[in-house]
Amino acid sequence: MATFKDSLRTQTADSQGPANPSLLSIRNVAKSFGRNQVLRNVSLDVAEGEFLTILGESGSGKTTLLRIIAGFETANSGELWMGSERLDRQPPYRRRVNTVFQHYALFPHLTVEQNVAYGLRVAKRPEAETRQRVAEALAMVKMTAQASAKPSRISGGQQQRVALARALVNRPRLLLLDEPLSALDANLRRQMQVELKSLQREVGTAFVFVTHDQEEAMVMSDHIALLRSGELEQVATPREIYSRPATSYVAQFIGHTNLLKGEVHAGTVRCGAMSWRTELPDGPVLLSLRPEHIRPAQGSPTSAIVRVRGHFLHQAFHGATELIRVSTDGGMVLTMRVPSGSSLSDHLEIEFSAADAVPVRESPERS
Amino acid sequence: MFSRAYKTIVTAPPLVWVTIFLIVPYALMFCYSFWSVSSGQSIVHSWNLQNYHELLRKPVYWETLLRSIWIAARVTVFSLALGYPLAYFLSFYAGRRKDLLYQLVIIPLWVSYLVRAYAWKTILGSDGVLNTLLQYVHLTSHPLEFLLYSPFAVVLTLTHIYTPFTILPIYAALEHIPRNLVEASTDLGATPTQTFWKVILPLSIPGVVAGATFAFVLSLGDFLAPLLLGGPSGIMISNVVVSLFGAAYNWPLGAAISLGMLVIVVSLLFLSEKLEKRWSFS
Repeated sequence: MATFKDSLRTQTADSQGPANPSLLSIRNVAKSFGRNQVLRNVSLDVAEGEFLTILGESGSGKTTLLRIIAGFETANSGELWMGSERLDRQPPYRRRVNTVFQHYALFPHLTVEQNVAYGLRVAKRPEAETRQRVAEALAMVKMTAQASAKPSRISGGQQQRVALARALVNRPRLLLLDEPLSALDANLRRQMQVELKSLQREVGTAFVFVTHDQEEAMVMSDHIALLRSGELEQVATPREIYSRPATSYVAQFIGHTNLLKGEVHAGTVRCGAMSWRTELPDGPVLLSLRPEHIRPAQGSPTSAIVRVRGHFLHQAFHGATELIRVSTDGGMVLTMRVPSGSSLSDHLEIEFSAADAVPVRESPERS
Repeated sequence: MFSRAYKTIVTAPPLVWVTIFLIVPYALMFCYSFWSVSSGQSIVHSWNLQNYHELLRKPVYWETLLRSIWIAARVTVFSLALGYPLAYFLSFYAGRRKDLLYQLVIIPLWVSYLVRAYAWKTILGSDGVLNTLLQYVHLTSHPLEFLLYSPFAVVLTLTHIYTPFTILPIYAALEHIPRNLVEASTDLGATPTQTFWKVILPLSIPGVVAGATFAFVLSLGDFLAPLLLGGPSGIMISNVVVSLFGAAYNWPLGAAISLGMLVIVVSLLFLSEKLEKRWSFS
């Protein structure tokens, strides 16, 4: 079991160049199906050994991007580079990239063991080596006991593991995962998120993971590439993308947020009834303010704190916290997150730190 | 859910139909096969195995049966050899022309069998299209005689007629193969050829078995093609049955042969169902 992971690790370590080398470089990729432009000018780098998530709503082009990397679709323009080789000029069966498919795509006429051995058998590896590597891969995903079962006889979670072993046994340089958890129920899904992430750390192979679930992306990824209508909105770590969203779309897509429209004039931002000092340049500004950064006012105000009066509108229970909607004096409605069970009066004063209102670029409306 | 009267009304007609046109004739045939014909050309209703003895004793019967099986086997192989690539192309590469091409496969099935058999007669005859052409381009000086009134003509015609029967089930089986399995195979490093042999062909076996069964069973029992195009060397077992029930007036022997064929066909259908089940994974 350890041997398998070690062998993978050595391999990636060997090919590792200087600091954070780019394993896969996607350059200006565009793709359209008929009149439907699915990807526009997408450029993205995947580093050795990282867990990169391509996050987006359905129809954002995330699966198409994955299929272009795997070789099932051809880009209309742009290039894919893996080190010094042009990946997009190679047929899918020559790419050192393997895929875990959305519905696993296990071969129904082959046993679990034969499924996992498939890649090694078509590559005509020596039988003894094939057997050993298959046994190690099955042990890694804890499927040794079901080795001779047909895929239809095992559960969805188990099929998922077999699909993973079938891909990883080939020691790909890059593993693509197309919403592999979407068919699982919520509990199993959370469990698999953790397992998948720790497996990725152990084998050290770079994963490109596609999902529409922002929570999943936050839990698992080293980097998130947020795709919207075929264009990348932002590529950043989960923390960065949450605390410094680049656009209003990102701010709204990842977690809850309040979007404040304001105007900067001579170092002061005005936003409804509120105003505070800022270093932003003059002109209209859009700010993202997370609900957890707003709280009921307490103590004496400082210059870094913005306060506003308002009245209670609505309350939504979220377990440990509650989201409270407050209509402020300027007419603006703000949502704030407070610990569950906080007692609030109908008329209240709320506050936030000016630094927590992060400027974002306004995302254009798109269909 | 439905009243008893309703169920009776709905199920009675098919039951009556099956009884009158299937069960009774089979039962009669079964009885006849154990009776005999007297010299006075009347049926003797005494039970014996005389007909079955005669079948085994006289080479003409089992030789004709063997020839029929041999012809049907060739028709099956040729139909599959033609039908599989066509179905494969239709399912995987036809793209937008798929529906049109599918219709082109179906259309010949609307044309009367008899018309198609006669068409081959005009093509293969001594003054036929093919011989005229061959002589015109000086490939031959005389009409080729083996073209018509031979097992060759029968195999050719039956292959033409039954190939659509192999294409349809194979096409259906190929259409049922999830395309992500083909992608998964490619993704795991299999070349298109490897993917065909390791994934597509095994998963299309049920269609191949169904198509082969159609082609074999239908051509084994055929009597029109050998009658029109077979000549003396292309006689098949059904022609023997026809003549025994007709001119020869030996219904008991005809019934015995028919029963033998029924046993062969039913065992084949049974076998093919087993095979299809063994190879289906839904």
